[in-house]
Amino acid sequence: MLYIVDRRKNPTGKSLGNRQRFMRRAKAQIKKAVESTIRSRGITDISSGDQITIPGKTLKEPGFHHMGRGGNRNYVLPGNKKFVQGDRIARPQGGDSGSGGSQASPDGEGEDEFQFTLTRDEFLDIFFEDLELPDLLKKSLKQTTAFRNARAGFSVEGTPSNLSLVRTMRNSLARRIGLRRPKTAEVRELEEKISALQAKAEKRPNGKLTKTDEDTLHTLLADLEEAKRRMKAIPFIDPIDTRFNQFQQIPDPNTQAVMFCLMDVSGSMSEQMKELAKRFFMLLHLFLHRKYEHVEVVFIRHTSRAAEVDEETFFYSRETGGTIVSTALEEMKKVLVDRYPTDQWNIYAAQASDGDNYSNDGAKCTALLAQDLLPKCQYYAYIEITDEREAEIFAAAEGETALWKSYAPLARDNPRFALKRVTKAADIFPVFRELFAKNRAEAGR
Amino acid sequence: MSSKTKSADKLLFTSADWDFETLKATYDAIEDIALNELKLDVYPNQVEVITSEQMLDAYSSIGMPLMYHHWSFGKRFVRDDVMYRKGYQGLAYEIVINSNPCISYVMEENTIVMQALVIAHAAFGHNHFFKNNYLFKQWTDADGILDYLQFAKSYIAKCEDRYGFDAVERILDAAHALMDQGVNRYSRPEKPNLAAELKRERERAKYEDETYNDLWRTLPQPNPGDQDMDELKRKMRVEERRAQFGLPEENLLYFLEKNAPTLQAWEREILRIVRNIGQYFYPQKQTKMMNEGCACYVHYAIMNSLYDKGLISEGAMMEFIDYHSRVVFQAEYDDQRYSGFNPYALGFAMMQDIHRICVDPTEEDHKWFPDIAGNNEPVETLKEAWAHYRDESFILQFLSPKVMRDMRMFMIDDLSSSPHLEVAAIHDDNGYRKVRRSLARMHDISVREPDMQVVDVDIRGNRQLYIQHTEHEGIRLEKSEAEMTLGYIGQLWGYGVTLQAVDYESGEILHEVNYTPDDLVGN
Repeated sequence: MLYIVDRRKNPTGKSLGNRQRFMRRAKAQIKKAVESTIRSRGITDISSGDQITIPGKTLKEPGFHHMGRGGNRNYVLPGNKKFVQGDRIARPQGGDSGSGGSQASPDGEGEDEFQFTLTRDEFLDIFFEDLELPDLLKKSLKQTTAFRNARAGFSVEGTPSNLSLVRTMRNSLARRIGLRRPKTAEVRELEEKISALQAKAEKRPNGKLTKTDEDTLHTLLADLEEAKRRMKAIPFIDPIDTRFNQFQQIPDPNTQAVMFCLMDVSGSMSEQMKELAKRFFMLLHLFLHRKYEHVEVVFIRHTSRAAEVDEETFFYSRETGGTIVSTALEEMKKVLVDRYPTDQWNIYAAQASDGDNYSNDGAKCTALLAQDLLPKCQYYAYIEITDEREAEIFAAAEGETALWKSYAPLARDNPRFALKRVTKAADIFPVFRELFAKNRAEAGR
Repeated sequence: MSSKTKSADKLLFTSADWDFETLKATYDAIEDIALNELKLDVYPNQVEVITSEQMLDAYSSIGMPLMYHHWSFGKRFVRDDVMYRKGYQGLAYEIVINSNPCISYVMEENTIVMQALVIAHAAFGHNHFFKNNYLFKQWTDADGILDYLQFAKSYIAKCEDRYGFDAVERILDAAHALMDQGVNRYSRPEKPNLAAELKRERERAKYEDETYNDLWRTLPQPNPGDQDMDELKRKMRVEERRAQFGLPEENLLYFLEKNAPTLQAWEREILRIVRNIGQYFYPQKQTKMMNEGCACYVHYAIMNSLYDKGLISEGAMMEFIDYHSRVVFQAEYDDQRYSGFNPYALGFAMMQDIHRICVDPTEEDHKWFPDIAGNNEPVETLKEAWAHYRDESFILQFLSPKVMRDMRMFMIDDLSSSPHLEVAAIHDDNGYRKVRRSLARMHDISVREPDMQVVDVDIRGNRQLYIQHTEHEGIRLEKSEAEMTLGYIGQLWGYGVTLQAVDYESGEILHEVNYTPDDLVGN
């Protein structure tokens, strides 16, 4: 009478469909919540999925229910300690703990906020929605990268090893039916009948068949001959039946990318400004990770000299000195040539600076970018970080920094180059979105 | 005592872990007690072992192993998931399905003691209740439910493929909002067929012939020009219309499924599915307390019997008592943990009390329960009660003064006219009956849920649908929710809907809300 069933091996995640429907439903709210989380939180742990709080109201499941209070009602409570009949109790204010008579629905009546955790993928999907990488594939890459075979339908000619048996036999069968080629079984049946009749004849005393049997034998022999003739004339497999699997060489897009982070670390960059730059770099890194299997990061910092450093040094150690931006660009050029040949790597670069530059350096930077770097890069973003207070002054004075002045003309005629200003953490994400928005090209012009 | 400790070899299990053999042996021992000592009448059992993750899955789709997809289940899943992971809320130890065979889910994390408890509780306690209670017999089809859910799931998935998520979601949202109003509370007489109708018509004509008396003709007739006549005709038409639609109709979903003018056939089928599932759960809502009380009584009796027979150790018994006392814990009204009566606690207390009245009655019990006091047939008496009552009538019949005293129940009058709450009765001689009546009403679903009915359709005019909420004792509907729900009805109906609140006593219309679909606004 008992069946014990072990269901532990059954696929879990039966609620996945429900969860997806829920996400669809709550999308607008979730998106808002995600964006506000970005603003308020450190970038480093962004990718680990996130605790999202969305207002419960929009996901309400209404129904006809009684109000929790009002009207005339009575109810019973457990745990009387001191009351006797006729006692008066002040009406409790707020919270209807007393109204045992009208149970709230189990779906969390009165629940204002609703918390849950997004998985990493769900989070990133929402986070980077509507964004896409500019120039995802290099044109030059298309000729040189590895190829892979992909099926491309069927053809009437090819090598025997590529013969598609199913297609060939299907055609052959259709042709055989169409031309009424007798089946082997039918021929065998005819032969059996004939030999049966002949055996019958041998058994009879005169060795002859009756008139009717004789006639049948004749027709059978004629049929057999005709069938054999047809079988010979109509081949089992004709060359017109054969089909071959066809393959096509498809270029395999390069799936590795390198990201250059360039930053000015001279004294004028405060810790807070570096933090902002870091946020931007992390966003870019996350974003690249979603598109490329393998992403390498190169950190180049500069004052009046530039050097490739590790992440820790890049963000957290300070240097003093002047500011010569071209040194960093030179360094980047060198690293590119040394380690990242353009036919194997997708190259992205982001430069963060407060805009200071040695006064004679502007022309050199522009030349380096225009001639050496931009043609190799998929995208080059320049983020200028200004102090909030300074920003106000600048906004009033229409001031432009040295670097901005030299970069601005470049951006006008080069779609791969973009520059933006950031003053506070809340700007980072909107600026990032602006840079990578899907219709950037149309919107920007 | 000594005999128990001696016979360690008789023990069903010695460690906390379980495997399929011990589980089977334990089940057999429990079955023996349940069938031969308690003489329970159960569906065949199917025990399914699942992981906690699967338990969470099952949770979110209202405990059913098969369910169609809907975002609200996802919402529940997401919430339970957070609660569970953060440790705010444990998972149920078991889920049991009213089906034949009766399926109980047990979690793999449970210890063997817990598995024994769960098997006794669900596979025998609930199972017996499902099979024998009149409400379940009358309203649910244990043999067919799993097949039906399978059908529902694939039907709705097909609709999603064909008509898109949004279209299906729209219907399901609306249907879910009306789920509580999608049940038949009383079985209706069968639809008369044509032959029966004609027969009745003939009989009526015959009766008129036989009782014809020419004298009536000589009575003064009302003047046809009277205003009254118009009024009368109008009333007649209304009556006719109401008869045509079978109004008033308490099952809003049924009404919409049959009569909404703009719904597609598949949309009607979805309404029907939701309605059927609602109907399936309707008995569970009405017998929650009894059902749990029955299961708790059964597991308590079985576990004690196992212990008495020396089949489980003292340690196991202690573990069981720990779980058990947590399950039947009742917080007092001023406790932070209080959230209404715990159906497990109240149910178990009442079942144990009935047992006590049967075997060891006091003077008071003889006075209150002359029928059962001292009859020495506790299990038979209980089985009788489990079969023929629901929560409300069960309390009214069996709640004894002792339970009221033990739980220290008191009754509060909460009148809108008074600035205070008043203690109307407590657990004393004057109060027992009042407390009992009030507690029974709290468990009465027809009191707890609002009384909603479709009362009229303006079929020849603008097709306005009239829904009436009968207000008892001035208890109104939750306004914002009612308005949203009204919107859902409007979506299904396709034309305007009016919600009227009518006072139960005076019959006057207290207030009215109108809903007009967007595409009709301005016409």
